[in-house]
Amino acid sequence: MSIVKTKGLVHEFIRRDEEDNVESITTALDHVDLRVEQGEFIAILGHNGSGKSTLAKHINALLEATEGTIWVDGMDVSEEENVMPVRKVAGMVFQNPDNQIIASVVEEDVAFGPENVGVPTDEIWERVEKSLKAVDMTKYRNHSPNKLSGGQKQRVAIAGVMAMEPKCIVFDEPTAMLDPSGRKEVLAAAHELNRQKGVTVILITHYMEEVVDADYVYVMEDGKIIMDGKPREIFSKVDELKAHRLDVPQVTLLADELRKSGLPIPKGILTREELADAILKCASDFRR
Amino acid sequence: MSIILDKVNFSYSQETAYKIQALKDINLKIEDGEFIGIIGHTGSGKSTLIQHLNGLVKATSGGIYFNGQDIYDEDFNMKELRSKVGLVFQYPEHQLFETTIFDDVCFGPKNLGLDKKTVELRAYEALRSVGFPEALYFQSPFDLSGGQKRRVAIAGVLAMKPEVLILDEPTAGLDPAGRDEILDLISKMHKELAITVILVSHSMEDVAKYVDRIIVMNQGSVMYDGTPKEVFRQYKYLEEVGLAAPQVTYLMHELHEKGLPVNLDATTVEEAKESILCALRNNEAKRLQ
Ligand SMILES: Nc1ncnc2c1ncn2[C@@H]1O[C@H](COP(=O)(O)OP(=O)(O)OP(=O)(O)O)[C@@H](O)[C@H]1O
Ligand SMILES: Nc1ncnc2c1ncn2[C@@H]1O[C@H](COP(=O)(O)OP(=O)(O)OP(=O)(O)O)[C@@H](O)[C@H]1O
Ligand SMILES: [Mg+2]
Ligand SMILES: [Mg+2]
Repeated sequence: MSIVKTKGLVHEFIRRDEEDNVESITTALDHVDLRVEQGEFIAILGHNGSGKSTLAKHINALLEATEGTIWVDGMDVSEEENVMPVRKVAGMVFQNPDNQIIASVVEEDVAFGPENVGVPTDEIWERVEKSLKAVDMTKYRNHSPNKLSGGQKQRVAIAGVMAMEPKCIVFDEPTAMLDPSGRKEVLAAAHELNRQKGVTVILITHYMEEVVDADYVYVMEDGKIIMDGKPREIFSKVDELKAHRLDVPQVTLLADELRKSGLPIPKGILTREELADAILKCASDFRR
Repeated sequence: MSIILDKVNFSYSQETAYKIQALKDINLKIEDGEFIGIIGHTGSGKSTLIQHLNGLVKATSGGIYFNGQDIYDEDFNMKELRSKVGLVFQYPEHQLFETTIFDDVCFGPKNLGLDKKTVELRAYEALRSVGFPEALYFQSPFDLSGGQKRRVAIAGVLAMKPEVLILDEPTAGLDPAGRDEILDLISKMHKELAITVILVSHSMEDVAKYVDRIIVMNQGSVMYDGTPKEVFRQYKYLEEVGLAAPQVTYLMHELHEKGLPVNLDATTVEEAKESILCALRNNEAKRLQ
């Protein structure tokens, strides 16, 4: 069974003036059909305002669909009694951690989620311990989350969702405020949850490098899914991605530039190792 | 406008058990017209540091001088300083508060005491320059996507035409094209208007591509202060404090180790490409000899 499935999902943001007349309509999701299987690691790319966060909020039962249906773990999200179970299945890390901080002490903030879904007390503290460790924030456990730096808040928010151990986690630009090590650690933590616990990961990001190890990539534009495929397929379309305001990882870009300068570098290079090998091969081929 | 920080220290929650010393003995001189990048691990003190530069946060000890004037002097004109030093906050939400996007962008220039027409012209110009969709100008800034909010926050500061432009992670949340557009715009303003720009960023690639000088913060202190090449040469030490070199620099090291004599100082795609092509050409020439 798919963990997330949408069929013809439409979301319109309708703005009204004081007299309740419709002022404007923004179609943030425009007939989205999506299917994410349990245990997959998928990534969603797309320009600013393309509908990524709106889709994420639907997976977390935070918005009501204008048209179409979304099922999370087989449950129709639009049915009132499914709202809480859906949120238990699908955890969410918001784009801005301020929207997620609830308690006045870091460890209580992390404990809030599991407490809310009725996890026994001993286990809660075990999970809090583990999650804070995973994001390297143990030493701040007694601090006030509001007094942390931007990146530190983001880590606390991530720990909070990890502690709920949901079947599926939607990360909405989780690394936007993190330093290079933090970015690596969070990505590694997401992959680890995915590989070891089979947690489904849906990663929304503007960093192309973070997508390289995903199982599958969706590209959104103006509320629609316009491209999808494995990272290697997607990133072999450098010019097409750029036309959609996206990019490719820096090594892929360099590989492309070198190819355009006449070097026989294969298409679809995604990692530093692959590019190094290809360049060194050019060097030894010359020698022969 | 030159800025000098002399032994600046700053602690949050000074009088409590949770006192955190966020800045330790910072000495810096920022010359007129520089383009500076500030990098550092999360919590290293970057945001705290830049909030000192327009007087939003007051040093616990030490002095700050603008054009030789002590900003903590009683008769120093702090309002004027804030009109000259524009600061784009790390989270746009901390900066947006008016009922429409357009009013929000007007807020800064209006505060400068400009007439209505000039204020509105500047707001239009700023919103256009950051590529904000015109159809949304008169909507609430709170009903926007993350990247759209970011653009509005940047426009609000640009509309003030500051002499010193400070941006705290301005490209976080922007799509790749938006990131390039905003950084190109800032770089162009730096060149054409000769303004000072201070860019706080977690993107080593962006910093390598745009700035002339990098200040590296580590646990509240300045760890390095130099050109991008000088700083990224220390990448092993940068890694120890949560940072890294740009991705292509790692590739250059790998190629070098495996016997292709490329330039280890290359930090951008352009430089890496030139150096690789050149090394391969030399390689070939040697073979033909
Ligand atoms: N609360 C809201 N009210 C009205 N319109 C909204 C609201 N939230 C988002 N929108 C609009 O819906 C569209 C999609 O927004 P969404 O936040 O899903 O984009 P996104 O892909 O997450 O963008 P970003 O990369 O900038 O975060 C945008 O045009 C946005 O202006
Ligand atoms: N309002 C506050 N009250 C107490 N401590 C604070 C406050 N804001 C920041 N700090 C602490 O001061 C230190 C420096 O924080 P600062 O926000 O300057 O870091 P930063 O380098 O900007 O980090 P980031 O990259 O995450 O934005 C951190 O240890 C942080 O926890
Ligand atoms: Mg978003
Ligand atoms: Mg900061």
